[in-house]
Amino acid sequence: MFDRRLFTNFDWTLLALVLLITGFGVVNIYSATSSYRDMATPYFLKQIYWIVAGLVLCLTVCSLDYHMLEDFAYWLYGAVLLLLVLVLVAGKTSMGATRWIHLGFFSIQPSEPMKIVIIMTFARFFSRYPTFKGLTLKDLAYPLLLLGAPALLIMKQPDLGTAILVVLIAGTMLLFVGVRWSSLASLFAAAIPILYCGWRFALHDYQKNRIYNFLNPDLDPQGSGYHIIQSKIAVGSGATFGKGFLHGTQSQLRFLPEQHTDFAFSVFGEEWGFVGCFVMLTLYLFLVLWGLGIAKRCNDRFGSLLAVGVSAMLFWHIVINMGMVIGLFPVVGVPLPFFSYGGTSMVTSMVGVGILLNISMRRFMF
Amino acid sequence: MKLQQNILPEGDGGRRIIWLSIGAFVMFFLLLSRLWYLQVVDTDNLLDQSESNRLRFVPVAAPRGAILDRNGKVLVSNTPSFSVAVIPQDVKNKEQLIDNLARYLNLDRKEIEDKWNKGQGRAKYYPLVIASGISRDQMEFLEENRLALSGVNIEMKPVRAYPNAQLASHLLGYLAEISEEELGAERYKDYNAGDYTGKSGIERSWESFLHGTDGGRQIEVDARGRFLRTVEETGSSVGNSVVLTIDLELQKVAEQAFGDKAGAAVAIDVNSGEVLAFASNPGFDPALFTGRMPPDKWKEYLEDKRHPLENKALKGMYPPGSTFKIITAIAGLEAGLIDPHTTIDCPGYYKFGNSTFKCWDKKGHGQVDLKKALRESCDVYFYKLAERLGVDRIAACAKRFGLGAPLGIGLENEKGGIIPTQEWKLKRFGKKWFQGETLSVGIGQGYVLTTPVQLASMMATVANEGIVYQPHLVKRIVDSEGKVLKEFPPQVTGRSGIKPETYRLVKEGLLAVVNEPHGTGSTARLSEVKVAGKTGTSQVVKLRDSKGEVPYQFRDHALFVGFAPYDKPEIAVAVIIEHGEHGGSAAAPIAGKLLKAYFEGKGVIRKPVPKPASTSDSEETIDN
Repeated sequence: MFDRRLFTNFDWTLLALVLLITGFGVVNIYSATSSYRDMATPYFLKQIYWIVAGLVLCLTVCSLDYHMLEDFAYWLYGAVLLLLVLVLVAGKTSMGATRWIHLGFFSIQPSEPMKIVIIMTFARFFSRYPTFKGLTLKDLAYPLLLLGAPALLIMKQPDLGTAILVVLIAGTMLLFVGVRWSSLASLFAAAIPILYCGWRFALHDYQKNRIYNFLNPDLDPQGSGYHIIQSKIAVGSGATFGKGFLHGTQSQLRFLPEQHTDFAFSVFGEEWGFVGCFVMLTLYLFLVLWGLGIAKRCNDRFGSLLAVGVSAMLFWHIVINMGMVIGLFPVVGVPLPFFSYGGTSMVTSMVGVGILLNISMRRFMF
Repeated sequence: MKLQQNILPEGDGGRRIIWLSIGAFVMFFLLLSRLWYLQVVDTDNLLDQSESNRLRFVPVAAPRGAILDRNGKVLVSNTPSFSVAVIPQDVKNKEQLIDNLARYLNLDRKEIEDKWNKGQGRAKYYPLVIASGISRDQMEFLEENRLALSGVNIEMKPVRAYPNAQLASHLLGYLAEISEEELGAERYKDYNAGDYTGKSGIERSWESFLHGTDGGRQIEVDARGRFLRTVEETGSSVGNSVVLTIDLELQKVAEQAFGDKAGAAVAIDVNSGEVLAFASNPGFDPALFTGRMPPDKWKEYLEDKRHPLENKALKGMYPPGSTFKIITAIAGLEAGLIDPHTTIDCPGYYKFGNSTFKCWDKKGHGQVDLKKALRESCDVYFYKLAERLGVDRIAACAKRFGLGAPLGIGLENEKGGIIPTQEWKLKRFGKKWFQGETLSVGIGQGYVLTTPVQLASMMATVANEGIVYQPHLVKRIVDSEGKVLKEFPPQVTGRSGIKPETYRLVKEGLLAVVNEPHGTGSTARLSEVKVAGKTGTSQVVKLRDSKGEVPYQFRDHALFVGFAPYDKPEIAVAVIIEHGEHGGSAAAPIAGKLLKAYFEGKGVIRKPVPKPASTSDSEETIDN
């Protein structure tokens, strides 16, 4: 079934872009963890293993025609939703949150695949849905139900960051499909009391604190405001050209929290300065625009929706993570795709890119 | 293929992609602007913050300079002391730490909390001293329990050591933590909260020389405050030493001579103005003021009616009593109103207007000339002389001898005393001068007030016949390597402009006071050296024919001023015993001991000599 055209149409630019970003990420993790205790396998090496694993998965995903996904979408959705329910019933609790579930030999975090699955589900749903004048409130009922179920379950874990991401990804897709202004206005009107009730009853104290501290980090500079303050100091003290590789004082002396994972970009900002950040930001913008370009060039609606969804997923991760690192958004545990250390994020992002590559190289198949 | 391009939803999918792209672009631009703000606009501020994160300044206290006597003997030096300091930012659990410290150091919880709160406004990571001067046992105990005491530092600091304990406590002064008000003053602009500074005496007045330059180390620490390396080090430099004109041995003798009596003694080198002894009794323990003053000790100091905290030699203003007759006599001779042969008759009182001025000896002195008037301290002679002189002429003479104004001996808050004139009274009280008041001034009573230092200086000028030297306490300033930075040679501030004949006549009288029968100051007599001087007893309150025991605070002050040797004067002394009642019996013996010690030190008197038996003809000597 392998078609030669697939190879000639392979999107080398996208792959190169991803490899470039992961390369910067590895170099940065090396610096961020150089002050850590020696380990058998250093973090940067582990990250390389994850990149390789991610690439294998990525290429596997892109070797199968994405149209198959259209058939599986609802089944996958149902399965992951079930896992999310199972997490709440029989999940493993660590650090106050129940996010993992044991499945025989390994553990998974079902909220992570949900990001991809919700994209497929919405793509499947809207690829067959005739909309001419934008979605009405009635049209929105079913998709909002599809979105609401996993979002609430994830929020319940609690994992506010992922819940918000799932909502933002799906929301972006809805905007792409087209929502009527009147429906949009009604949704916003409804959102206010819902947000208020959410604040009052659903949010945990630590989550509220994060928001308070985002608004005024100096309330508790040693405690919960510490992350934001130290990260801003790190990035800002990098100035135009940075303090140099391995010379960031904030990171090397461990003033930064979680500096190889969620706050990896603040290490980068300190050591490479505005120039380095500008380069990274350009690469990421290019990545997102390239994904949207794939959506535009795609010839079928399902593929187009998928590409928009994956681009939105990457986009929101980037914006929320960077916004958090530079003090624009509150601290929510969202990693920077291809850049932060971590297997879960790497796998999800690589699967996303696999889907993009898949769509990109099959755009001439019909 | 072109045909298939419009499969996208109702054909405007392409347009929506463009909108999404624009949205993405705007968001990224927002991120970039924020990065621009942080890394380009606000970078200096954030760089500062990152530096203050990793760099900490550890102050290294500079030892103060020592204070030495004229022969280089140590009066005050330094000794290491251990103090417990806390860096609040490094403390994990404040309440628990305070509990632990209170238990280990045997301190009150509240006391620790107060210190903690007081240090709230200090620079970040500045160690806050909780307790100083802890014992070696306590220090070792804290070191052993380090793990339970994160954020606690034990610092070694030099503190003052007083090898002679309370000796010369008023002169040397004490140290204490700098106060809020002082911190605001120009003089202390280079000081930080928690620094120690001289609060009185030499320690305060010569602070700028004694105080060293604190050094410090800039160290790099990690996020847990652990030391990584020293980035920069500025050495501390030891303060300069102050060498006093004081003679330690003489000072000791002076203070011991007082016993438990209150008073002051000052000895001055007649030919240089150098102060050889500067005693105020009782003294206090200066070390107590630097650490924690036990409340009961503090209460004891405050309630002692001998006022141990007061520097009587410098700030004590007493009526000079009969010692002032020296001035009245000089003024009279200079004005030509008397000569050595002028005699008056003393019936034991002098009627002036409606009132009667009594002589101290009710029996009267009979025919009195100048020498006898001085020797036996006849009041009537000086009443009559003062009446003819008038107050202003007496005051003019007194001022030539440095009375009535601070001398500037090198200590702050020196008192000037009072030498009244007609103008002074008008200004001060808005009232006319009464002639009767002149009579009191003539015998050193009434408004006249002098300090012991002033009396000693006056005596020195009389002894050297007219040269007014600047009395001074500091001989030189020496740096830590012994190099002389500043020398204070004798300085002539004026000449009295009195005829030598006048001095000769007055000094003859003063010699008679100590050495002739009926002289009031015979208890100051030495067998080997000729001593001259004048006794005085000054009234605190007027006691009319009081019977029985007079309460302590109303008893008269006893004074003695003198110099020796008579022929070639070297040293002048002034002694006052508060409420000591009689100058001849209370003050003169102390002056005698002081002079004897001085000449012993010079080798003029051999040390183990029996006391000269000299009281035979002075048993009953008292003067007014």
